[in-house]
Amino acid sequence: MSFQKTLTRRMLSLDFLDDVRRMNKRQLYYQVLNFGMIVSSALMIWKGLMVVTGSESPIVVVLSGSMEPAFHRGDLLFLTNRVEDPIRVGEIVVFRIEGREIPIVHRVLKIHEKENGDIKFLTKGDNNAVDDRGLYKQGQHWLEKKDVVGRARGFVPYIGIVTILMNDYPKFKYAVLFLLGLFVLVHRE
Amino acid sequence: MNTVLSRANSLFAFSLSVMAALTFGCFITTAFKDRSVPVDIHVSRVMLKNVDDFTGPRERSDLGFITFDLSADLKPIFDWNVKQLFLYLSAEYATKSNALNQVVLWDKIVLRGESTKLNLRDMKSKYFFFDDGNGLRANKNITLTLSWNVVPNAGILPLVMGAGRMSVPFPESYETTKSY
Repeated sequence: MSFQKTLTRRMLSLDFLDDVRRMNKRQLYYQVLNFGMIVSSALMIWKGLMVVTGSESPIVVVLSGSMEPAFHRGDLLFLTNRVEDPIRVGEIVVFRIEGREIPIVHRVLKIHEKENGDIKFLTKGDNNAVDDRGLYKQGQHWLEKKDVVGRARGFVPYIGIVTILMNDYPKFKYAVLFLLGLFVLVHRE
Repeated sequence: MNTVLSRANSLFAFSLSVMAALTFGCFITTAFKDRSVPVDIHVSRVMLKNVDDFTGPRERSDLGFITFDLSADLKPIFDWNVKQLFLYLSAEYATKSNALNQVVLWDKIVLRGESTKLNLRDMKSKYFFFDDGNGLRANKNITLTLSWNVVPNAGILPLVMGAGRMSVPFPESYETTKSY
């Protein structure tokens, strides 16, 4: 009986599970708390970034090729949305059209600002032949400050591919999360 | 370090760290550079019409036509961290209904490796210069500036204005006969 157990274990190379079995309850709780710490630190950093930049989504991944050759699918953009920075032409804005979830990354083509600060503006993707009026809501000709998620201030190439892969293949996302969770819970250090 | 898997793991982790360090190096060595160069803008012709704004809200608005010359040498801007420059010529003016208006008249992408000397004559605007209303007529001061968005390999995306601007007034009356 014990020979069979050892043989199976050796065959499946499940030596690392011995570590888990040797842990007593206290160490197990410690591992779970450790895991919780990591998750809440990540959340704190994200929320902190949201406050500092003033944007509801300080880091976005470029999803379409409408800003090529500057940005390609999978590039990462760092956004700010501070009220003291007025929207001006040439800026790259990330905006959402009313009623739609997907943010769009395009450049400001035209602005008309009133004295009290109310602004209406038009956008266009660098790689598109026409401006974005075809993308806006039916009857909408301009975008306003409330549609803006943020202005692109910094850029890192390629890193966002992971997010796109996880969105396109949700099974991959669950597999990654499961493996990460398992690794943190089981690893003793 | 005695299995293929652990060696591959260390190699992978090391490559990631090196790439991250290089990316950060790219960013920090060019973050504080001044990316402005002198720019020469000249306007040869200005015309004004008043038509229905067919690009958007269908109201009668002022439509301006500007023929311009541009010259600049962009070579000093390009360094190891510049992927491309997005140039745009914008017109800025004030009207009775809007305190600030900015319209991009023309833009161009200059990729790294392409010719950096800009010498354009008698250029027509790429985009229709529609005002939000009728504020261009007899407007004394339309300021044209050439600016560019520096797109790096990694790092900050600054908007830089070229050192040089040109102000033109628009005519008092609308052109009804000539076409552009």
